[in-house]
Amino acid sequence: MTPGWPLWEVFVRSRNGLAHKHVGSVHAVDATMALTNARDVYTRRSEGTSIWVVPSAAITASDPADKDALFDPAGDKIYRHPTFYDIPADVKNI
Amino acid sequence: MYTQGLDEAPGPDVDESFDPASLLPDDEASAELRFQARIDAEDRIEPTDWMPAEYRRTLIRQIAQHAHSEVIGMQPEGNWITRAPSLRRKAVLIAKVQDEAGHGLYLYGAAETLGVSREELVDQLVSGEVKYSSIFNYPTLTWADMGAVGWLVDGAAIMNQIPLCRCSYGPYARAMVRVCKEESFHQRQGYELMLTLSRGTPQQQAMAQDALNRWWWPAIMMFGPSDADSVHSAKTMRWKIKRFSNDELRQKFVDVTVPQAEYLGLTVPDPDLRFNDETGHYDIGPIDWDEFFAVVRGDGPCNRQRLATRRAAHENGAWVRAAAEAHARKQQERQQSSEPAATGPAAAGQVA
Repeated sequence: MTPGWPLWEVFVRSRNGLAHKHVGSVHAVDATMALTNARDVYTRRSEGTSIWVVPSAAITASDPADKDALFDPAGDKIYRHPTFYDIPADVKNI
Repeated sequence: MYTQGLDEAPGPDVDESFDPASLLPDDEASAELRFQARIDAEDRIEPTDWMPAEYRRTLIRQIAQHAHSEVIGMQPEGNWITRAPSLRRKAVLIAKVQDEAGHGLYLYGAAETLGVSREELVDQLVSGEVKYSSIFNYPTLTWADMGAVGWLVDGAAIMNQIPLCRCSYGPYARAMVRVCKEESFHQRQGYELMLTLSRGTPQQQAMAQDALNRWWWPAIMMFGPSDADSVHSAKTMRWKIKRFSNDELRQKFVDVTVPQAEYLGLTVPDPDLRFNDETGHYDIGPIDWDEFFAVVRGDGPCNRQRLATRRAAHENGAWVRAAAEAHARKQQERQQSSEPAATGPAAAGQVA
């Protein structure tokens, strides 16, 4: 392999009605080849009905160092969850 | 196991009693402590997380060896594809060999998340710099070996890989989940093949027994050196890359496999094999470690042939890779020349 074949992230929809899910990555010279490779590598047992391939370089990810700043604020906002509210057992359908 | 080269000898810089954190500046030492605390809490480590350099190095080496084993593992079985006795057996064998290629690719992908490139990994294999499992340096002499390899070699691999599904490094653990699901088919088709032979003619039964005789000890050795001689175990256990010792996994394998051999009506080639009522486990005879280390060193029956075949496949595929690159380049140029010259907001608007 010549250095520099781009890396592609592979997402597979296991059946209609479900979202595409990340399953791994493949190297390929272009998108068509990435799809073909992804099909051979990740769907040998009817794992999918649809494949997305995305150039890995096109993904912007959050920095693990920012994890606390990004996600901790949600931790103490339990009032965003329905179970935060006490409703008498006699009240139905809510 | 597939990564047994890790156990074979102390690396130049390995000293288990030495705590690398003691040499680090304070902030890095505390990063190590935080890292270990995450491991202890069964948190998973992901590619962009901070990790000790040694953890990264160990994982790259282990995952690379594992990937190389899958790739080299295609050869002993590929040997029989054209001579499979029926279309059904042939289709199964092709599917199995294709799976081994797939497993190699999942694993190369996992290794690459640690910052090593695919080209480096491939180079390490074809140059012989990084090892693969000793088991693939044994020849597959008869059709019965396709049964014995699936049953014993893939059986031993499953024993090792199931705990790896809980490995502390996320991408490796996820690759292992896929591999284990597929490996189960490998083992069952192998056992079914052995069952068919062992219920067949006297010649077929003899062929099955001969295959068991040749593959039993190499499969036992797949788990690597005894715990007492395994230098990397303590560290990889602390980092939860590995969860059971070589001897523990070997014992589990023996305990489940001996009754399977009995069901086939075959004899395990170990005169010392006994069920120990006190421990509830099978005791086995002495393992020929000289043979094991000779094969790991490169002096097994097929080491040179396996590497030469892999190297030839890589070199003979060069023109295919060059053609793919040329095609992609041409397509791109064609697309660029046929696109209207318009750029900027107007062109961007067309995307929707």
